[in-house]
Amino acid sequence: MKLTGAEILCESLTKLGVQHIFGYPGGAILPVYDALGKSKLHHILVRHEQGATHMADGYARATGGVGVAMATSGPGATNMVTGIATAMLDSSPVVCITGQVSSKLLGTDAFQEIDITGITMPITKHNVVVSRAEDVARTVREAFVIANTGRPGPVLVDITKDAQQASCEFDWEACAPRLPQKRLRNDHNQAEFDRALELLNTAKRPLILAGRGIMLSGAMRAFEQFVRTSNIPVAMTLLGIGCFPASDPMNLGMMGMHGEAWVNHAIQESDLLIAIGMRFDDRVTGDLRTYAKGARKIHIEIDRAEINKNVKVDAALVGDARQTLEKLIPHTANPDRGPWLAHIKELKGDSAVRDIQSLPDNGHLYAAHVINDLWKETRGEAIVVTDVGQHQMWEAQYYHHNQPRTLITSGGLGTMGFALPAAIGAKFAKPESEVWVVAGDGGFQMTMCELATIVQEKINIKIAIINNGFLGMVRQWQEFFYDKRYVATPLVAPDFAALANAFGIRGERITARGDVLPTIRSARESKETVLIDFRVEQEDSVYPMVPAGASLHEMIRRPNNPLVETASEP
Amino acid sequence: MQTLVAYVENKPGVLNRVSSLARRLAINIDSLTVGPTDNPQVARMTIVAHTDEKGGHRLEASLEKLVDVLLAENISERSLLERDLALIKVLADQQSRPHLMELIKVFRARVVDVAPESLIIEVSGTVDKIDGLLEVLRPFGVLEMARSGRISMTRGGDLLRPPGAAMASVEPANVT
Repeated sequence: MKLTGAEILCESLTKLGVQHIFGYPGGAILPVYDALGKSKLHHILVRHEQGATHMADGYARATGGVGVAMATSGPGATNMVTGIATAMLDSSPVVCITGQVSSKLLGTDAFQEIDITGITMPITKHNVVVSRAEDVARTVREAFVIANTGRPGPVLVDITKDAQQASCEFDWEACAPRLPQKRLRNDHNQAEFDRALELLNTAKRPLILAGRGIMLSGAMRAFEQFVRTSNIPVAMTLLGIGCFPASDPMNLGMMGMHGEAWVNHAIQESDLLIAIGMRFDDRVTGDLRTYAKGARKIHIEIDRAEINKNVKVDAALVGDARQTLEKLIPHTANPDRGPWLAHIKELKGDSAVRDIQSLPDNGHLYAAHVINDLWKETRGEAIVVTDVGQHQMWEAQYYHHNQPRTLITSGGLGTMGFALPAAIGAKFAKPESEVWVVAGDGGFQMTMCELATIVQEKINIKIAIINNGFLGMVRQWQEFFYDKRYVATPLVAPDFAALANAFGIRGERITARGDVLPTIRSARESKETVLIDFRVEQEDSVYPMVPAGASLHEMIRRPNNPLVETASEP
Repeated sequence: MQTLVAYVENKPGVLNRVSSLARRLAINIDSLTVGPTDNPQVARMTIVAHTDEKGGHRLEASLEKLVDVLLAENISERSLLERDLALIKVLADQQSRPHLMELIKVFRARVVDVAPESLIIEVSGTVDKIDGLLEVLRPFGVLEMARSGRISMTRGGDLLRPPGAAMASVEPANVT
């Protein structure tokens, strides 16, 4: 059967199980759009190509499958860069397809020509230019394999216009992926495994550091079993949230810069850290010289390049988290951890845990109230997609996730503007799930054009804007470290509710504590998208906070403000 | 200084990926050589990088993450042979020529081009040897020089071959 390169692309994507493509058309990708129109693929027209990549990313994070974004050459492709980097830093399997000028024009600075494979080389797991129709099917199949095997990541496929237009014989069977045959390393050597087991079974104060790798490898069940058999408490990274139920007594909560104090203290006091699918990012370690000095470290990690990168470990088990855990479990002893667990409980008690719900309402509306109410009202079962900043940290502290893939957030790159488009992607991936955007007034303004995408696609998501009139996290740093010189952080925003109305979306504005819950309830009852603008306390800060470069136990604690305390008990 | 050997797919852009990776890791490459292997689809690189052992490990592990890199190995700590090749064009008049010929003999170099006012000397060996020859040639007037960069190979039965490569006489077991 003879097909054009464009038709082969659509056919291949269909065969690979793709249902949704987030994209934006243009000259160099027009043949593909023509073919798309004749296919069964659902194309979602975005308002900016950055949004397309975040949607594909949100789609991937909600399901574990590959998300697909599409754009034309030149500015269409360069607009994708932030979204690609976001996916790269958080190991998200995204395939980006870009149009390119005809192969005979390559290198001539033709209209809308840009070397997008050159630009994205350091921010993709792999990228490739396709200049022959014959290579389309195989390359796309290979892109899907690369994106979602090993440590996942974004792959960009740049297809020249002539390759889209040319025709060739299409034989799916003949275009099986032919990836370079790589050397298999014997990383699971027995000596390392034995060393890890010995450390594991002799530790007195062990702690598990759980990262996103657990979800990426689908290791949730093995992980739970590992926690039970070893009886070791769990601290989570931001992206690890959801890998283990927050309601489980063995789950201590989030670690790091805005982690709970008892978690950070437990890390510093531990004698063994078992890091699983996490990479000792500077936001979770603080000063490396003082990080968990008394602890031995076991690192279970699929990416060999992460071993000993930031923290020197005593045993490295390179490989898939689930397989490694399943191998460890039968050999794991369950010693009495009574004193250690009791000590952690003591640390927790010291952290002034109070239920903010029971605090008197004196007219102030704090972001913590909003998140806490949202958590209670949705019973922790919604998919929450956060942007980047204070609200992101509050969400991580006050919304207790019991299910994997229910917190979607940009951790590594910290991309403002991520939430709204990523939530749209998540909704397409999980149409039956309740999806909430939690964004700040700053980040929301970066990609709010995608409200139009919501309306055009008639989808139902709920949007909570935590509006404090500041670029809040930067303001907080200015308050703590720059003597309250608020340069470029006070922020004017439109009337978000009126803006939503202009898009044809219901908008609400909340200023009083008592209105939070009823409004969330009414938004949930609606079958359409609702945007709620929560006008919260302007100069509230996220506590505790480990200042950048400080030791993990040197946290700035909440000043004595009776209104807001740390997280309520899950 | 760390020495790595990499087998890579022999196709456009791979060299760029490798050098771009080193740049991203803020590792300065001292020399990088690429040459074909007996498999036309595979090329072999020797990379000499200005970094410590930790950087060498990171470079090795990160290189191997590249789809087009079939194998990367830090061989700095292994027993290895290294060779650099240099062509050196040096001023040579009637008077200096006999002295030069002496030196060339001592260094086991050879003359590959003779012109009325100059000679081209070809020398191969370790970096130190070539540096040594250069030092003694300098007073004569070095006009131009080209160096190949280092190629390295581990000694004896310590084999580094691309995956899938079968060599009749040797068991392909000792690859890692």
